[in-house]
Amino acid sequence: MAVLDIRRKLAILADAAKYDASCASSGGEKRDSVGGKGVGSTEGMGICHAYAPDGRCISLLKILLTNFCIYDCAYCINRVSSNTPRARFSVKEVVDLTLNFYKRNYIEGLFLSSGVIQSGDYTMEEMVRIAKSLRLDHDFRGYIHLKLIPEASPELAAEAGLYADRVSINIELPRDDSLKSLAPEKDVGDIKRAMGRMRLAIDERAEPARKAPRKTFARSQSTQLIVGADAASDGDILARSASLYGAYRLSRVYYSAFSPIPDASRRLPSSRPPLLREHRLYQADWLMRFYGFAQPEIIGEGEDLDLSVDPKTAWALRNRDRFPVDVNTADRETLLRVPGLGAKAVDRILAARRQARLTMDDLRRVGAVVKRAQAFVVAEGWTPGAATDGQHLKARLVEPAQLSLF
Amino acid sequence: MRVVRLSSEIDFDGWRTAARRLRAEGVAPDAVLWTVEADLFEAAPVETPSPAAGAFTVPPAFVDLARSVVLHRSGERFSLLYRLLWRLEREPRLIENPADPDMARARDMQKAVARAIHKMHAFVRFRLVETEPETYAAWFEPAHRVTEAAAPFFARRFTNMTWTILTPDACVAWDGQTLKVSEGADPADAPSEDAQEELWRTYYASIFNPARLNERMMRQEMPKRYWRNLPEARLIPELVETAQARAAAMVAATPSPPPDRVLKAALRHARDGAYNGDLPTSLDEVAAAAQVCRRCALWRDATQAVPGQGAAHAPLMFVGEQPGDQEDLAGLPFVGPAGQVFEAALKEAGVPRDRTFVTNAVKHFKHEPRGKRRIHKTPDRGEVTACRWWLDAERRLVRPRVIVALGATAALAVTGKAAPVGESRGRPLQLPDQGGGQAQLVVTYHPSFLLRLPDADARERARAEFVGDLRLAGELAKLID
Repeated sequence: MAVLDIRRKLAILADAAKYDASCASSGGEKRDSVGGKGVGSTEGMGICHAYAPDGRCISLLKILLTNFCIYDCAYCINRVSSNTPRARFSVKEVVDLTLNFYKRNYIEGLFLSSGVIQSGDYTMEEMVRIAKSLRLDHDFRGYIHLKLIPEASPELAAEAGLYADRVSINIELPRDDSLKSLAPEKDVGDIKRAMGRMRLAIDERAEPARKAPRKTFARSQSTQLIVGADAASDGDILARSASLYGAYRLSRVYYSAFSPIPDASRRLPSSRPPLLREHRLYQADWLMRFYGFAQPEIIGEGEDLDLSVDPKTAWALRNRDRFPVDVNTADRETLLRVPGLGAKAVDRILAARRQARLTMDDLRRVGAVVKRAQAFVVAEGWTPGAATDGQHLKARLVEPAQLSLF
Repeated sequence: MRVVRLSSEIDFDGWRTAARRLRAEGVAPDAVLWTVEADLFEAAPVETPSPAAGAFTVPPAFVDLARSVVLHRSGERFSLLYRLLWRLEREPRLIENPADPDMARARDMQKAVARAIHKMHAFVRFRLVETEPETYAAWFEPAHRVTEAAAPFFARRFTNMTWTILTPDACVAWDGQTLKVSEGADPADAPSEDAQEELWRTYYASIFNPARLNERMMRQEMPKRYWRNLPEARLIPELVETAQARAAAMVAATPSPPPDRVLKAALRHARDGAYNGDLPTSLDEVAAAAQVCRRCALWRDATQAVPGQGAAHAPLMFVGEQPGDQEDLAGLPFVGPAGQVFEAALKEAGVPRDRTFVTNAVKHFKHEPRGKRRIHKTPDRGEVTACRWWLDAERRLVRPRVIVALGATAALAVTGKAAPVGESRGRPLQLPDQGGGQAQLVVTYHPSFLLRLPDADARERARAEFVGDLRLAGELAKLID
């Protein structure tokens, strides 16, 4: 095989990594390079160093170690049966690339994933070597996210946790039966067991009661579900997320609209990615995590989200008897359920109304989306009258189609 | 009209000194003009900040707010801040009112400044200007006057590098020890291109997915004003222009057939089919086969089946209800809080755990997700019945002399009949021979029942009974004399 130069390898192995939606560099422990020998810091909040024309944040150098893979997952560009060009980085190449990019302030750190070569253990070992070299040889204190290979040994996964800020394992398909048909070699049991072990390891290290100086260990784990590659409904997907959040304390479940890939498998429909559906799933996920909604309130299993309005508005339209809500008296939980009021706006409303009764202008100033909220709230000098129960309320709340989403 | 001249565009200290004096003297906000320029307002007497006699206090949040608002490029920043300071005298809680128009304006400015700092942290691009020692430089144009405010971040992150950031407002330099601030620079001073930028552009182009083109989102987060100093931005027009065609080509292209070599390798790696349902002949087989059990739906939301654990031919077998959160994650029975109660009681009764076998009536964790927690749910009769298949297999293989059912679900699983624990506990019962030889049954509480008893006296009584039951079982199994 011809020897590829580093630029060609980077093109192939970054292209192969772009279907992973996660790019977060947040949630690491706070540290900097004062008193060290190398470079790097993480200050809690992640930084997006650039944005690609797809609107996605570029925070980490997101690459595969190699896109050679012994598995044949239909949705994956790197499956063994795809005719995509192949490449493989050496450990040193990845280390150098990461440091060179980092020192120029292009990135927050490294997100390393890989196709499975030879065996799960072999692949995981190579990935751990890279993280270890960055941390120990170069005293690198930036962010590292390692993808775990589910079938790799628990010891290797634990070692990965020693050097990474975050680890993740992608479940990819929301339904186990589709995992069987589209990713025949992936074993959902392996994946769940690896996530379970990782949560125990993270929990154990995070216990404040431990007297011994805490060895740094990964703070969080995440996963990704592909949307639109199988027949799973939005309700199925959210039920899966709810179960994953509860079981493994995931910091995030990412939803990735299935995107046509070069040289796609025949087992999949070739179509444009359902970006709006992905967006609605993120909104629903947010409602579960920050707005106190339970999954069955948002959508039942087997059902799909309404694409024309956001899921909170959809819920409000189904539960009009709970509205209008008086912004000058309602409690936090109730305010969080009002369309057009975000968590920040709610906190500001609670602060501002201690001083004066709030008008609609006040609501606008604290950051509420008044157009969305007005049919659902009562404020000083404002009642929605019959609007809350109006027949055409939904039509007025439908967002105009955005040309950039297709 | 009073005219106050400050020493620089971001002279917070000067503004504070002057504002203190003006408020002490009762000068109303609309009677003050703030300036930085030297040659303006020559007709009016110009004063420079000088300390006032009296002192007054303001909320600390106002000082923080003022410090960042001063960095905003808006010409009204000094007068807006003085107006807020003036109003604070009569409205001390003004600062807590996000709905007030002056406060809303100041907060917007504070937000814009914070965003400018954040974007500076993100979009500065260092260029290597010297290799020995490794020295970097960057030219940057911040949206507000945030260069000094943004600099400490770079010192923390690139402590062991030598670097300079040049901006039109100010320059900051780090020599490994201290930050030095100097006057603003000219675009002509910008360092020349770095060889890594070609690689960075390669990365930028490759990580972009043309099927998801969303220019509006990109521009919102990476406004065009920053583009001219970002080496990757020059690719944007072409990436945008060709995106639709590239995506359409991917959708239209028919997949090419994989090479034979590859198909054969894939077949080799295909896994065996699911569990076929034959009677397991060893405990290892039970453990492996239970992982693919689909006799009820509990497997779906559980991490794994948790099979029994312990001595292969233990004379004493404990049957619990089902694995909990911790057991589900670890794959081992009785390791969570209830497991610890059980362990302690076992010790007190003098029963050696390593000579017993511990398992559950139901092998998967039944629960309901509730945010970041999982709430235990009692398995129903159908699930217990479905899972008896595995418990029976374990009983047949271990052949215990005595079985202890911990709680009502366990008793149901062992006997097939539901009965309250209170009625049957504390005495040995005879079990029919199920092909595993004669065995006796002792029914007792589930250890988590002890954890849940709110009354301390009742809890102590129940615990003593629990330990007594375990001792009775140990004696029956001849594990204690």
